[in-house]
Amino acid sequence: MADPMKIRATMSGDKVEVKVLMSHEMETGQRKDSKGANIPAHFIQQVTATHNGKTVLSAQWGPAVSKNPFLSFKFAGGKPGEKVAITWTDNKGDKRTDEATIS
Amino acid sequence: MNNGRRKVLKSTGSMAVMGLAAGAGLFKPGSAWAQTWNKAAFETKTMADTVKAMGGTAATESKEIAIVSPDIAENGAVVPFTINSRLPKTESIALLVEKNPNSLAASFDIPAGTEAGVTTRVKMGQTSNITALVKADGKFYYTTKEVKVTIGGCGG
Repeated sequence: MADPMKIRATMSGDKVEVKVLMSHEMETGQRKDSKGANIPAHFIQQVTATHNGKTVLSAQWGPAVSKNPFLSFKFAGGKPGEKVAITWTDNKGDKRTDEATIS
Repeated sequence: MNNGRRKVLKSTGSMAVMGLAAGAGLFKPGSAWAQTWNKAAFETKTMADTVKAMGGTAATESKEIAIVSPDIAENGAVVPFTINSRLPKTESIALLVEKNPNSLAASFDIPAGTEAGVTTRVKMGQTSNITALVKADGKFYYTTKEVKVTIGGCGG
């Protein structure tokens, strides 16, 4: 299992600003190791953010997203004390969900 | 066939939300936009092909989309991007790096209530045009910006 995500959800005016830092190697599949063999691709393919069971953002990523991906977005309708959950799934089927409380 | 991909489909299929679309979208990329990883779109090399893989026909240039990024990126491994769309009914935002091996880097679905703006960081192999592709009200719009990548990182 991968390391936990760092999620920060803060009120910005009447919207909730969410910042997520995921811990993932995001290997492209283009690189070779010291023996010249291809390093297999390993990257996050899908990211979903939910608030009170409602999807507030979903993303599909290719291997071009940087290592330890950063994501930030804003949505309306959140209140301090409520939770935002982020889930990612990578191309090897691993997934991870983390939550943060809106402050 | 790629084993990893099989596993993803299997695992996402088990999730209640994804289950509905995963089966239907398996061999019809584009139709299951947002539910299944759009493999065809991520294998495209040009914007025109990406638009087709996402189920559109053509994209029009728009000044209502803003790309915020450095003009010169010293480190191509981490180039920050913010894309904002002022187009009404923005449904999705995609980021394309023209000269990467596969141009589509990321795509985001924007449900109602979420601001049509995302920030993320991508890798760039070399100096290239960056395209923000926005789907709004069923149509595709784009805007392009060149970002220079300094390999060797001396800041020149």
